[in-house]
Amino acid sequence: MSGLFGHLDWTVTPFAAAIADPGTNTFVAAGAAGLVVLGAVALLGFLTWFRLWGPLWRDWLTSADHKKIGVMYCVIGIVMLARGVAEGAVMRAHQAMALNGGPLSAEHFAELFSTHGTIMILFVAAPLVIGLINIVVPLQIGARDMAFPVMNQVSLGLTAAGAALLMISLVIGRFETGGWSAYPPYTGRVFSPGEGPDYWIWSVVPAGIGSMLSGINFAVTIYKCRAPGMTYMRMPLFTWTALCAAIMLVYAMPPVTVSSLMLALDRYAGFHFFTNDLGGNMMNYANIFWMFGHPEVYILVLPAYGVWSEVSATFSAKTLYGYPSLVIATMAIAVIAFTVWLHHFFTMGQSASVNIAFGIATMIIAVPTGVKVYDWMATLWRGRIRMTVPMVYLTGFFILFVIGGLTGVILANPTIDYQVHNTLFLVAHFHNVLIPGVLFAMLAGIHYWFPKVFGFRLHETWGKRAAWLWIVGFCVTFLPLYALGLMGMPRRSSSFADPAFVPLQLVAGAGAVIILLALAATLVCYGVSIRQRGTLAVPFGDPWDGRTLEWAMPAPAPEWNFAVIPAVAARDAFWAEKTGGDPYVAPERYEDIELPRPTALGLVICVATTAAGFALTWHIWWLALSGLVGIGLAVMVRAFATQTTRVLPAAEVAVHHGRWLEAVHTARGITRDAEDSPANRGLAAPDTEVTP
Amino acid sequence: MRRLAVVLLVVLAAHPALAQGFLTPEGPVAAAQREHLIRVTMVTMIAVLPVLIGVPLILWRYRRGGRGAYRPGFDFSAPLEIAMWGVPAAIIVLLGTWLWQSTEALDPYEPLGTDPLQVQVIGLNWKWLFLYPDQGIASIGTLAIPAGRPVRLQLTTDTVMQSFMVPALAGQIYAMPGMVSDLNLMASRVGTLTGANTQFNGTGFAGQQVDVQVMTPDDWTAWVQGGTTAPSLDAARYARLGVAGTTAQALQALSLPDSRMHLTAPGLFASVVARYHDGAPLADRDQPGAPGFQPESTP
Repeated sequence: MSGLFGHLDWTVTPFAAAIADPGTNTFVAAGAAGLVVLGAVALLGFLTWFRLWGPLWRDWLTSADHKKIGVMYCVIGIVMLARGVAEGAVMRAHQAMALNGGPLSAEHFAELFSTHGTIMILFVAAPLVIGLINIVVPLQIGARDMAFPVMNQVSLGLTAAGAALLMISLVIGRFETGGWSAYPPYTGRVFSPGEGPDYWIWSVVPAGIGSMLSGINFAVTIYKCRAPGMTYMRMPLFTWTALCAAIMLVYAMPPVTVSSLMLALDRYAGFHFFTNDLGGNMMNYANIFWMFGHPEVYILVLPAYGVWSEVSATFSAKTLYGYPSLVIATMAIAVIAFTVWLHHFFTMGQSASVNIAFGIATMIIAVPTGVKVYDWMATLWRGRIRMTVPMVYLTGFFILFVIGGLTGVILANPTIDYQVHNTLFLVAHFHNVLIPGVLFAMLAGIHYWFPKVFGFRLHETWGKRAAWLWIVGFCVTFLPLYALGLMGMPRRSSSFADPAFVPLQLVAGAGAVIILLALAATLVCYGVSIRQRGTLAVPFGDPWDGRTLEWAMPAPAPEWNFAVIPAVAARDAFWAEKTGGDPYVAPERYEDIELPRPTALGLVICVATTAAGFALTWHIWWLALSGLVGIGLAVMVRAFATQTTRVLPAAEVAVHHGRWLEAVHTARGITRDAEDSPANRGLAAPDTEVTP
Repeated sequence: MRRLAVVLLVVLAAHPALAQGFLTPEGPVAAAQREHLIRVTMVTMIAVLPVLIGVPLILWRYRRGGRGAYRPGFDFSAPLEIAMWGVPAAIIVLLGTWLWQSTEALDPYEPLGTDPLQVQVIGLNWKWLFLYPDQGIASIGTLAIPAGRPVRLQLTTDTVMQSFMVPALAGQIYAMPGMVSDLNLMASRVGTLTGANTQFNGTGFAGQQVDVQVMTPDDWTAWVQGGTTAPSLDAARYARLGVAGTTAQALQALSLPDSRMHLTAPGLFASVVARYHDGAPLADRDQPGAPGFQPESTP
């Protein structure tokens, strides 16, 4: 039996623990596990009841369309966001009651901060960013798909496998307790003999490989698949930031994959990379991990800057200010981001000179970052600003991100870092840059590009409610943590003895309730919009009076994106066509379009990787071997496939495109006053309000 | 920032217990760190305030339907570019210079004066052991130091990585197995302070605090004298300390009346560091702090 099931038995589920030892702590764990099981059952029931298995298989799971892959990335991100936010709220509730105790056990609390961090970085922020890049970049550069559409699917499959393993860990066994960075020797075999760190390793490794493959894919796509005339200095800023993020993904993801596998060798095979004895040294782990970890935050935030660049120009009806500056600043950040990792451990005992070098490098990043913020302000200056949902997020970003920047400059000083490292000040800082910086941008970006993918806008009023709740919830939850950190409260504390921490902990706990409401409002916004998709439809494809190529096609964008590959003559290509002539002209001739055939490769790799990861975690060797062999076989079988593309005849494209052009020509465009009304069908009229 | 300032003011006004943080320093290092925090914050505000003030103004003045001028083609201004790049760069040059100076000046490895009190610190799960090699005493969970005298801490751990910090006196430094790190600090006044481990190291992490007693030199001498008559810290008692548990549990297990013990083996600290360098594998049962640790098996 033990050979068949490894270390698995019934007692590893939280349900068993709740029965054996009833109480708040075990009920919270069992409740969370129950939600996962119920959610899975509900999903299966929903798909069966509405007979959606066929469409799901044909149109999504086997699709190599970059837009659909992007959407699936975003769905993973949103689902994991719901879990991450719930965990955050549970932790804030616990800490608000944690004077000399608290409802959860110390171990449970440690699992929560470990899964919360791992999920939010690797399975919320990263999938949302990669998803958005997937959706937008080919449309912005005039390409039909990614350079490697099937590899794109494999990337998604690997990321999904990591996410799946994290969800499984909620139901079967326990997760790691050493935080998202999983520092050994605490996470080594001697100090953490259980399955926890193994769950972490086998979630992180596939996600890391998947993200690296995504980086290669994005970089090659941007280098090689741009439409004629789309020179580097004509690329939309979002594409620029995607390029920088892609280059960083290629260089930054391998370290974490390697350090995790080295930890795995320590744990499984008795190696001594990071053990206490026989020359192992955890300082090597800290260095390798943060060689990934620091660039990673810039991988996430650069595309966010790209979103702000698009949003600020579009909704102030103005060209982007300082394009060359923004490009230079983006590139500068991408390079300098690799030279600052040591600031994550100024306190490790190295000499002052080393700390000075890395401290100053860290501060230097503030210069290009500051330039970007000023550039967006200058973009809004002398514009005609429309306070749409993305602009509400941008406002929150402006005000809150500079506070995060301020505390970042503060933390760059080793002198001060000695005091606030490992305290709630640090926790407040990185939430301050990741929530207003990355999450706000992703929510704004989803709102902005949603109509392009699905053909209808998102509900503005619910969107604004959600945006304001996120902004207020962030302030109430995280600004008090700065003060608590300055008061010396260590992070990751499941209890504390100083009553002075209580009032601010209560405020932060109340903030967590607001964030829960923000999450609910976000989901309601998506639900309401789907129900009202008729009135919100924008079939002509240009709901925001957009400036870049993606708005020059119908919404939802057809699988082949462009009926004919456009010739690009200016930076804001679509805007130039709109102001200089008629953007809706039929081409002289259409050509056959070659598209990737659907394939199940990504899905097979996802299933095999999940199985292998689960089996390795529980020492079920036959299954682990099967999973790994399955991955190899799937790739080999795919290598022998000869019919990898299909051809869409020119006539079919002509019919589709002609019908759309005809509809556009008979429709009346709207001014921006009617932007949020059913009259907005996605055709922008020249705006009479514009001339002073 | 204004919101943050308000929150800070409320806290400062309402909570004298803030004395535990470095905003109310009890020693020269923490005082200098606070000083540095304030001047860095002030200077950085030069870059931050234009955003906090400018964004609301721009959003209002250039709203659609407003009366602000509209220049849809405005995309470059040389003076603006110079200011955008120049001002942050100048700020960073200034801050970088200060960073350099303060990091040199407040290097935790630099002694704060001649003849510092030598204390060796061993991090255990989940308590701190302080050794006073020159005085021949040891103390569990309590660090007693004389006011006004520089103290040089040398730190290691006999388990996983930890981080030692007494915020009112100085910042933190990691303590790592098989390695020694230094932390120099000094207390200006008599008082009771709290220190902590800030690096998560297991379920007892949150309770791993240090009672820091800053005494007059005479009181401290008396405290040391009392320690020399306490039970001695022999190999068996040290091994017992390696069992994961709180300070209180350790004192109870060793039936100690207070935190003090008599230090008979002056080489204890060195032997703890050397444990991880003898070229032989360390069995799980010999690893203090690990779940499989068996104190009686330790030679």
